[in-house]
Amino acid sequence: MQRPAVSLLPPAERRRCALSVAWALAVAQEAVASAGLDAASLAVVFASSDGDGDIVHRLCSALATPAAAVSPTDFHNSVHNAATGYWGIGAHSPAPSTALCAYDGSFGAGLLEAACQIAIEKRPVLLIAVDLPYPPPLAVHRPVRHGFAAALVLEPGTGLEISLDGSEPTAPPMRDFEGNASAACLPLLAALARPGEAVVRLPLAERTVLVRKR
Amino acid sequence: MKPLQVSAYTATSALGRGKAAMLDALRRGKGGLKANDFDRAELRAWIGRVAGLEEAPIGGALAEFDCRNNRLAQIGLAQDGFKDAVSQAIHRYGAKRVAVLLGTSTSGILRTELAYRQRDAQGNLPRDLHYRHAQNLYSITDFVRQVLALEGPAMTISTACSSSAKVFASAARYIEAGIIDAAVVGGVDSLCLTTMHGFTSLQLVSDEPCRPFDAARKGMSIGEAAGFALVERGTGPLSLLGYGESSDAYHMSTPQPDGEGALGAMQQALARAGLEPGAIDYVNAHGTATPANDRAEDRALVRLFGKRVPVSSTKGFTGHTLGAAGIVEAIVCFLALEHGLLPATLNSSAIEPGLESMVLLENRAAQVRRALSNSFGFGGSNCSLVFGA
Repeated sequence: MQRPAVSLLPPAERRRCALSVAWALAVAQEAVASAGLDAASLAVVFASSDGDGDIVHRLCSALATPAAAVSPTDFHNSVHNAATGYWGIGAHSPAPSTALCAYDGSFGAGLLEAACQIAIEKRPVLLIAVDLPYPPPLAVHRPVRHGFAAALVLEPGTGLEISLDGSEPTAPPMRDFEGNASAACLPLLAALARPGEAVVRLPLAERTVLVRKR
Repeated sequence: MKPLQVSAYTATSALGRGKAAMLDALRRGKGGLKANDFDRAELRAWIGRVAGLEEAPIGGALAEFDCRNNRLAQIGLAQDGFKDAVSQAIHRYGAKRVAVLLGTSTSGILRTELAYRQRDAQGNLPRDLHYRHAQNLYSITDFVRQVLALEGPAMTISTACSSSAKVFASAARYIEAGIIDAAVVGGVDSLCLTTMHGFTSLQLVSDEPCRPFDAARKGMSIGEAAGFALVERGTGPLSLLGYGESSDAYHMSTPQPDGEGALGAMQQALARAGLEPGAIDYVNAHGTATPANDRAEDRALVRLFGKRVPVSSTKGFTGHTLGAAGIVEAIVCFLALEHGLLPATLNSSAIEPGLESMVLLENRAAQVRRALSNSFGFGGSNCSLVFGA
């Protein structure tokens, strides 16, 4: 898979970070640049179902050997909040950050968390979602065909109204991304790209995150 | 912020099952660390292991969830009448209005780690590996949600060792925003090879029981634990008064040496609680017993509190329970508030010269009206919580 350039990071971190982190930071950088906001002013919410499969595979392969010696860099990169850690370093941002997982509802969880931070803390939030395919042999157990990453900068008064209900989630527009939890945001991105009002429902456990665009 | 009441809580760790076992161990100064006997036991380390997980498989409709982490959750949920308290919350608010927000750093990865040893000649993993119900970070939250029959929003927060502190902040926001009325918060992390060998690869694991803030400290001891709390609107005998979250923006696995991020998290927590530093009677430090953490945290504590607030790290009792450390140490604060017990920094005897906080080396009996708990994680993720009676 392609490794996007992440100019935000110092060279050492650029080399050291995982592929999923490079994807996360590439979309984050682009979203923040187009929002025209100071990167260090944004709280960060990171959502991913599956973390970084390459790192899980490397760690588990190493742990299966008699010596069980793991790479210290792989280990510190294995935390689910690696992307927000690297973002903080690259953006010189002391702002709060979090990292969430709700399996196929991970994007919905991230959006809900971002919306509540905006409503209560009254500050803009950078929401990042990334899921990449697992390498074999894990791929059989979590089939994800294509990688997907998206980032949104959300501000108070964005014009999105977010609530919870129990109805069926909106069907994703592209079947290519089946199994990719982050790509569950595609109906939302499509609604944002089109002019006019829209209603999108995203999965989250037994509930649905309902987004009303004005 | 509006205080949130903590209406039920429970912890299971190397100190035993339930809060009475934890209180008793703290009172007697009897820690739960033992020489490493986990898996092949090749690492020279001390661990905080929960007894009996091997004999407590998950059966019935949720059998697919069977893994060490969910077994620990199952045992944890069965203590202190916690399930009954949640049932009463469902009765008050409805299952859809109660969220489940849990922290973990490794969930059920142990099953995948062991499965990698059983790959066939083509490199395939055993077919019975349940990725979704074991390894995936959401597994623990999904399992707890189903055991408790909750239908509200459910998600795992995984920010390394601050995970199960940050669940309190998210729950407070969700309740304040009106999308839920109550939340089951907490965290579960269990022994696995990734963390045992990972922290060893970073030379952060001690070959003796960890000694936070001690001059001779050699690193951390890893532990496992499950802890849960039920939080809801209103005030009661125990409340969350404030939370603070910050990022170090410094290094992935080393804290900023002056404790800048830690200080920011504590200041925010006090500000949300509307309290001055002098109002805090006890601090439960993150205190991992690594040279870098304890120095940076001491700097931050001294900058905020001076040298007059009693501080202890209870990781010598439980080990560092990683994604469960936030909830375990919140519960130590609950016990401090309820029983007037300031626990000692077990195993430590001579504080490192230059560290200036008032680190407690012996248990102390004193009224505690407000306590602050620190949790810091890799990636520079900091969270501080203020609780009050």
